[in-house]
Amino acid sequence: MKTLSPPERAAAPQPRPTPAPGRAGRRPWSPSKAAVNGALVLFTLYTLLPLGWLLTAAAKNTPDLLGGNTLTPADFHLGQNLHDLAAADAGIYFHWYLNSLLYAGLGALGCAFVCVCAGYAFEVYGFRGKEKLFGLVLLGVLVPTTALALPMYLLASKVGLVNTFWAVFVPSLVNPFGVYLARVFCAGYVPGEVLEAARVDGAGELRTFWSIGLRMVMPGFVTVFLFQFTAIWNNFFLPLVMLSDSKLFPVSLGLYSWNTQTRSEPSYYPLVVTGSLLAIVPLVVAFIALQRHWKAGLTAGSIK
Amino acid sequence: MTRSRSAAPPRGDNAASRAATVRRRGRSGAPALLIAPFLLLFTAVMLVPIGYAVYLSLFTEQRSGLGFGDARTVFTGFGNYARALGDSAYRTGFLTIVQYCVLYIPVMLGLSLLAALLLDSVLARAKRFFQLALFLPHAVPGIIAALVWTYLYTPGISPVIGALNSAGSHLDLLGHPLPAVVNMAVWEWTGYNMVIFYAALQAIPREVLEASVVDGAGPLRTALSIKVPLIRASITMVGMFTVIGSLQLFTEPMIMYRTAPAVVSSWTPNMFAYTAAFDRDDYGLAAASSVMLALVAAALSFIVTRLTRGRTERRAEAAA
Repeated sequence: MKTLSPPERAAAPQPRPTPAPGRAGRRPWSPSKAAVNGALVLFTLYTLLPLGWLLTAAAKNTPDLLGGNTLTPADFHLGQNLHDLAAADAGIYFHWYLNSLLYAGLGALGCAFVCVCAGYAFEVYGFRGKEKLFGLVLLGVLVPTTALALPMYLLASKVGLVNTFWAVFVPSLVNPFGVYLARVFCAGYVPGEVLEAARVDGAGELRTFWSIGLRMVMPGFVTVFLFQFTAIWNNFFLPLVMLSDSKLFPVSLGLYSWNTQTRSEPSYYPLVVTGSLLAIVPLVVAFIALQRHWKAGLTAGSIK
Repeated sequence: MTRSRSAAPPRGDNAASRAATVRRRGRSGAPALLIAPFLLLFTAVMLVPIGYAVYLSLFTEQRSGLGFGDARTVFTGFGNYARALGDSAYRTGFLTIVQYCVLYIPVMLGLSLLAALLLDSVLARAKRFFQLALFLPHAVPGIIAALVWTYLYTPGISPVIGALNSAGSHLDLLGHPLPAVVNMAVWEWTGYNMVIFYAALQAIPREVLEASVVDGAGPLRTALSIKVPLIRASITMVGMFTVIGSLQLFTEPMIMYRTAPAVVSSWTPNMFAYTAAFDRDDYGLAAASSVMLALVAAALSFIVTRLTRGRTERRAEAAA
């Protein structure tokens, strides 16, 4: 683990009032404010336009969608599409939605708690083989998760868990990177003196963790929760491998299964599009509301 | 400027916490209890499956002469590995990934670095908005990103293709799945990595940048000769995760499968493993191809860390 350490330039020569001699004649080329902001606007158009298309496409009916017609107020079918979405296949879409909320909500909550417990222990206590164990956890970050899905499926089928809620839920409780993040956050947010004071006051170790450590590292908890929620909500491979009962599908897998049917049943197109739009709403809201936390998580990751 | 990092853990105070660590040595009950849940789960969903995959990859099912009757599980050693490597579909899958990496990694890293440098420039306005807008694709599940882009590639549905057609150009992205998939991945990951680079750029001490301005370096020169080398560690880390992610390419081509004729069921190694397991019920072959994929990922991340560590050490020596 390397800290991003800038070279020892703090003691660099005192700022000189004028640029170095010999260069004074030609001013260095500098992009204009318009060019910088214009380029950023181009980037933004690239990232937002597909979402804009999704927004308008969700309000089109099948012929307008497949004909590529532009959206006019007269052909605004968002309400109808939502109604169809709720009615399609006996209302299974919102069943999927609820499943996703359960998998991602409970899974991320459990994962954040497990990670913060472990990260706290790694940061606060000393025990034999600690750094070796931590190294093993970090290696877990590098394992390609899709390479694990297949053996996990075979193991789950041995113990009879395939095609159950648990087959998708239990693997989503584990995130080695979350332990790393939790440790970094504990190092920053939980001062040793406070824990020491609690101990002197007679609080047990677990009591100290529960009522002091966990409270102080709450921003880290939210950060791990947010990233894990996203990861579970977006996961596709694991549910695809594990689940065959469509009642257990999360939204991602459900939309995939509908999309494969659009070939024979074009009326599924608006359902897939409108369903996709609804499926990104919770994450977009979460990312707008919790900006502080995802930036903090990525910052901690970048200083690794 | 520091506001955007307000939730980042403050550094320092390590001496105090280290002192507490030392004093807490010996009370093993609490730490064991706190780490146990994670370690149990980690073992169950990572270590055991890895071991099981290796075990499975060494066996194969054999059926009696006519293919009826019970299958016997027979040890084949590296037989499955030889079968996977001997299968041209598997090798072609790796070739696809190599082409994908060659196209995707420089484009994505270059764009996210460029965006981060632009955002870090003093000239940029509305930094919070741009950061959020560029990051937003990360909130879109990969499967939905792939669906939306596939629609945007489909003639008739897509306004982009329609506009290009009426302008006289005939862009057929469904016939060229590689750039089509690369574009999806660039869209999903540029903003995410831009935020990482931007955070690292913000951590560069302002004195360093002031010194370079005083020395007469323009913004471009400062960006290329000062800023980029100083965030090398972040670039390496992002590069490594990008390589590991690229090797696992699955979701996007899965969506394009059957829509784009060139995307076959074994287009990437992961699709090969999936097909082997679920269409052919050949678990030994699927396990062997997954294990090899994981080994390639491990080898690549090892090489990347070694290369950059070597370079850092050499720089340290040169500086001494």
